[in-house]
Amino acid sequence: MKEIEASAITQAVARLCQEANFNLGEDVLAALKKAQKTEQSPLGREFLSQIIENARIAREQKLPLCQDCGTAVVFLEIGQDAHITGGDLNKAIEDGVRRGYKQGYLRKGIVSQPFSERLNTRDNTPAVIHTEIVPGDRLKIAVLPKGGGAENKSRLGMLLPNDGKQGIIELVLKTVAEAGGDPCPPLVIGLGIGGTADKAMLMAKKSLLRKVGQPNPDPEVAELEKEVLTRVNALGVGPMGFGGSTTALAVHALVSPTHITSLPVAVNLQCHSARHKEVTL
Amino acid sequence: MNITSPISAQVIEELTVGTSVLISGVIYTARDAAHQRLIQALDNGEELPFELEGQTIYYMGPSPAPPGKVIGAAGPTTSRRMDAYTPRLLAAGIKAMIGKGSRSDEVKKAIKQYKAVYLATTGGAGALLAKSVRQIEPVAYEDLGPEAVMRLTVENFPAVVANDSYGGDLAEQARAEYKRE
Repeated sequence: MKEIEASAITQAVARLCQEANFNLGEDVLAALKKAQKTEQSPLGREFLSQIIENARIAREQKLPLCQDCGTAVVFLEIGQDAHITGGDLNKAIEDGVRRGYKQGYLRKGIVSQPFSERLNTRDNTPAVIHTEIVPGDRLKIAVLPKGGGAENKSRLGMLLPNDGKQGIIELVLKTVAEAGGDPCPPLVIGLGIGGTADKAMLMAKKSLLRKVGQPNPDPEVAELEKEVLTRVNALGVGPMGFGGSTTALAVHALVSPTHITSLPVAVNLQCHSARHKEVTL
Repeated sequence: MNITSPISAQVIEELTVGTSVLISGVIYTARDAAHQRLIQALDNGEELPFELEGQTIYYMGPSPAPPGKVIGAAGPTTSRRMDAYTPRLLAAGIKAMIGKGSRSDEVKKAIKQYKAVYLATTGGAGALLAKSVRQIEPVAYEDLGPEAVMRLTVENFPAVVANDSYGGDLAEQARAEYKRE
């Protein structure tokens, strides 16, 4: 049995919050540079070059890529043989978020009671924590700071079983077209298909942790991802919603069995600032 | 095209959709919480924290300035959240808005009616846009933290004309142009 110190978890989360906000992943940058070559709109190419230049400045100057430093969404995979010592796991993560957002001069963007008081909690807590128990004795922590502009355009469709693949594609097209420039395209589109309403949403979010453009290992799902991407990029929405052939960089789908009456489809949009970092302790 | 803010009526006439601009001069930040307070002040006939006439409003709440910097990341927020308040502020005298994304039909109509302009800048380019901010002064509602109203002095701040005073709408035009099938 491996022992993992709570203080080490706090330290890791604080570091991941900052790294994610300063350093855009190489996979995202590669996808943006590729899009710059194929984008048909001159204005769209200009937006893409500003986005790429922004990533360089953020990395060099340790400035946040975006002033919206996001809700800290934390995914944990806890090995069933790991033992966390020296403190409470959830508190260790909240402490890490608090420390990371303070040390990194990141914007604190969480408000308390959401429908009335809305007071800024001033330390970006609480985080949103998803925990999974897995075999082994390690702890994997992924931090995904999620911006509000893109998250606000999420959608859940409880489709009819016979709506099938066509229904899924139509739901995504409607979501992306109506969102326009608001979620900061080019997007990474997270899809959760199957399960229950809650499970579909979680899968959609979790799919965003994948490297941009890495297909689902199931060929049928990979084919769906490809088809959705082609159709989305034919919408004409373009970079920042001002026209073009690059509305999304990738579509990531996760699929799960579901109830005989159901076809839940969750769409979670990720802006081009597709920030996430992970570590295994 | 290099333009100065506050933007003169004559320059607004020259701004048509799709024109790229570099803005220098003074702009004021305000997001939805600040908009709500400005409208309340107008409703109650109270004195406003700054003179609206002719001004440019930037929908932005920055990240904190690290030591040695004027400002942290300083990119635009989603303009649609301000749509409910915008016609009223246009009627009260503002002439330009900077943000990201599209506007409602009511806002587009008001932009034309009051001969104003909506400028879009690059969402998620907060580190790049911070370079154009030379000075920052608090103006009002400091309890709102990053959502407070601030007066920014900017130099060569990049944007594109998204809605012009003639009713032109860049998103609508450009999307139709690049839509396939």
